[in-house]
Amino acid sequence: MSLRVLPYGERALLIEVADHHEALALYDDIRREPPAGMVDLVSAAASVLVVLDDEESAAAAAPTLRSRSIPPVDRGVGALVEVPARYDGADLDEVAATLGMSVEEVVRRHETTEYVVAFVGFAPGFAYLTGLDPALHMPRRDVPRTRVPTGSIAIAGEYTAVYPRESPGGWRLLGHTTLEMWDLDREPPALLQPGMRVRFRRVTP
Amino acid sequence: MTGGTLEIVRPGPLTTVQDNGRPGLARLGVSPSGACDRPAYQLANRLVGNTPNVAALEVTLGGLVARFSRSCWVAVTGAPAPVVSAGRACAPYGPVFVPAGGELKIGVPAAGLRSYLAVRGGIAVPPVLGSRSTDTLTGIGPAPLQAGQILPIGDATAGPVAPIDLVPLAPLPQEPVIEIQPLRRPGWFADNALDALRDSYRVSPDTNRIGMRLQGNVIERAREDELPSEGHVAGTVQVPPSGQPVIFLADHPVTGGYPVLGIVRARSLPLLAQARPGQRLRLRVT
Repeated sequence: MSLRVLPYGERALLIEVADHHEALALYDDIRREPPAGMVDLVSAAASVLVVLDDEESAAAAAPTLRSRSIPPVDRGVGALVEVPARYDGADLDEVAATLGMSVEEVVRRHETTEYVVAFVGFAPGFAYLTGLDPALHMPRRDVPRTRVPTGSIAIAGEYTAVYPRESPGGWRLLGHTTLEMWDLDREPPALLQPGMRVRFRRVTP
Repeated sequence: MTGGTLEIVRPGPLTTVQDNGRPGLARLGVSPSGACDRPAYQLANRLVGNTPNVAALEVTLGGLVARFSRSCWVAVTGAPAPVVSAGRACAPYGPVFVPAGGELKIGVPAAGLRSYLAVRGGIAVPPVLGSRSTDTLTGIGPAPLQAGQILPIGDATAGPVAPIDLVPLAPLPQEPVIEIQPLRRPGWFADNALDALRDSYRVSPDTNRIGMRLQGNVIERAREDELPSEGHVAGTVQVPPSGQPVIFLADHPVTGGYPVLGIVRARSLPLLAQARPGQRLRLRVT
């Protein structure tokens, strides 16, 4: 089966896939064997965007990408990062009440899951972690906060994430970590990158 | 000659350091950034004999005054602004000599939005993640310039100052036509969605290096939900539920979730970068 490759402007190609598992598998594959002239590669929720240096490179890359196939989805092979978590978030009580479970139940469901970084976006180092317990799926807050503190651990929809630095945000805050998600003096500055595995480890004050 | 500095006496409404940006870092969530009007930036560097990708200043709506510690060649391109070097009016789009201790003033451009000031040798602030560009979305790179700030001049030259007085350039159109390559993904827009483009759009005041909001006919969507987040480029035309298009520029977020009508063609991106708030432009699907 050939891949669905859409010309995305003159210098990029958008490959639509079923979900983030397929996107990650394809992203890894293209990173290992990039088409000539590739300048960037963006893995996202159900697509991979291949950005090329010019129109000629894009035209040449389209047929070769179309003829590729999605490699077998290989879960749980990325490096594992453990994130120490204090579950003291401003929305924890409200999340528990809305979901009709105890705070302890919310925390247990959040910390016993192993997550995978599907993609990074919104802000530098902001990793969308997939694998959230479906019982914890909730929409964003109706009114976003103008200020979410650095290190906030939050959920929205099917994702959980850690805010790498203070920013506005509409996700529901469950807790925080002191682990630095973004540090320009580190190489690479983003702690989490697509394909990495993440576990939250509860620490008590 | 190397060394020397320029002091920002007045930065104008917004002056940032820019080069070709930092593409290739989407996996870290970092936007490509870089000069919005890339050909104008590159021309300024060529005029003063700089190595490509040397940092210059992107001056938004003029108003910059800078004092040079030593004599220096500079060039101003992009939005055609009056240039005064040590009290003498000079032509933009050509090499300009600034004597030691002299002030360079870039006035408000008659048309366009962003002028580029290249200094022979380049602006030598420390690079961040391989670029000296200010990314206004993420705060990566040097902060927007402030009065009193002193910038080092580098020595990144590739050849002599261009032996010409000025480069002839076509004036910026009053109502630019922005060509868009449609994204052929069925299902997201109404059959008659493109009819909205028959009239021109007004550039909203809510426009910056991240994106440009347009005001005009509503582009009818076929559905109201959002897409799963997907990668974007400079020139992506998004249509939020309001039906008023948003076009991403250099500091765009790496991903976004509104339906995409199309992507601005490369040859129209510089015109887009020069469109002022309040100005009208036409979107044409080609």
